[in-house]
Amino acid sequence: MPFLIDNFALFRDAFLTTLSLSLLAGLLAFVLGTVLAALRVSPVAPLRGLATFYVEVFRNTPLTVVFFFMIFGLPQIDFVVGFFTGAVLSVGLYTAAFVCEAVRSGINAVSPGQAEAARAIGLTFGQSLREVVLPQAFRTVVPPLGNVWIAMVKNTSIAAGFSVSELSSLLPRLVNANAGDLLFVLLGVVVGYMVITLPSAYAVHSLERRVAILR
Amino acid sequence: MSAPVLFDVPGPKARARARIGTAIGALVVAGIIAFVLVRLGRNGQLDPQRWAVLFDPNSGVPQALGEALLATLRVAVVGMVLATVAGLLLAVGRLSDRAWIRAVSSTYIEFFRAIPLLVVIFALYFVLPSFGVELSAFTALTGGLVLYNSAVFAEIFRAGILSVDRGQREAAFGLGMRKSQVMTLVLLPQAIRRMLPVLIAQLVVLLKDTSLGFIIGYFELLRQARSLVEFFTPTFGNQYTFQIYVAAGLMYIIVNLLLSWLARYAERWSRRNKKAAATAEVELPADLQMGGGGGVLPPK
Repeated sequence: MPFLIDNFALFRDAFLTTLSLSLLAGLLAFVLGTVLAALRVSPVAPLRGLATFYVEVFRNTPLTVVFFFMIFGLPQIDFVVGFFTGAVLSVGLYTAAFVCEAVRSGINAVSPGQAEAARAIGLTFGQSLREVVLPQAFRTVVPPLGNVWIAMVKNTSIAAGFSVSELSSLLPRLVNANAGDLLFVLLGVVVGYMVITLPSAYAVHSLERRVAILR
Repeated sequence: MSAPVLFDVPGPKARARARIGTAIGALVVAGIIAFVLVRLGRNGQLDPQRWAVLFDPNSGVPQALGEALLATLRVAVVGMVLATVAGLLLAVGRLSDRAWIRAVSSTYIEFFRAIPLLVVIFALYFVLPSFGVELSAFTALTGGLVLYNSAVFAEIFRAGILSVDRGQREAAFGLGMRKSQVMTLVLLPQAIRRMLPVLIAQLVVLLKDTSLGFIIGYFELLRQARSLVEFFTPTFGNQYTFQIYVAAGLMYIIVNLLLSWLARYAERWSRRNKKAAATAEVELPADLQMGGGGGVLPPK
């Protein structure tokens, strides 16, 4: 335990890095993912194709490969992004594909009568999506989106392999500590993730209860 | 809800607008592609001779990448087999009549779904040695994958077993079968058939997660690509770096795409197949598809 207190600053910085990485990547993923979901149901076939292609590619690419290209590949075409920026972009672009999948399943869950009614009173595609379908879709996708967020927080751990000093990277860094201390480091890392994921889970649950619609 | 409900069948004006939109979109995409190609071309990355190294057996690159692909698949296959078996046992354990078996199985499942997969692998690779248990990178990676994926498989199997109509179970008991017979002869075969598409989809995730081996230095595709580049740099500089990276990344994506198509095929099969009788659409939740540990919400 004294070991943890001695290294408190290290843990705090690592935790804050994980937190800020998650928040920035989450914002990017949420915005891009929603746009992609709208594209996937749009009337313009090539836009649908574009979004489908994006999702299909990222769904079948390991996040480590995305990181790999961001950090080692881009410099080969004279783009150098910092490690932290690279991590935000990698996690954000990757997660956007799954946000899109979650939102799309939500759009599919809205009953067709809603969309038909919206069309019948003369709303355009954009209006019916904005005013009628998406508000309902977001309510049903609160739990899956919450799960995507939690999975994303866990996925930020991959940044440890690409020189970002976030929570998981503490284990290889402090590997020379003695056995008992290392166990506390492991405990600290696990607790660090739970400090983010558990409150998120409860927030998602209360949000879900508040916005749930009975069908 | 199918997409066409959201808009009318486009008339001439809408079609014209769609064409303009398409043209602009195509221009933007083409612009991005052209920009990347110009950048690549200016650095001489498109030089055919640079790409030839990937197919030239004398350079040793194809062999090295092939070996790395095998190393990746080895982890995936061993992980799949062990995780499936352990997942079956855990699922049956979670549905057991004995409270303590249920408690042990659910604690295991909840625990390994709550922490990032990479932390499990790090714990095996960095923490265990200080207690005198040295694991190779292969064992640590496979072990981590099995510990996490068995928890996910257990949940999939459990959902499958619970989705079998109650009458099946009651009829089996009515015929005088024992508990173990009901499970192995009646419930599991139906559950597995029904959950086959989801199981294969989770195998894609497992295969994706083998790339975590890169971080602990297991020689899968990415680590092999790095070491090839480091080997070439003293003699050739950066000449082949980009090509080798692209090859390694593409190999991952192609193998995953093949497995994804298999999953889709299995889904179509199970929908047609009367024995599988998957009435509801079975799909792996988006957070599990992300790999790396998925998301868990505590029960309500």
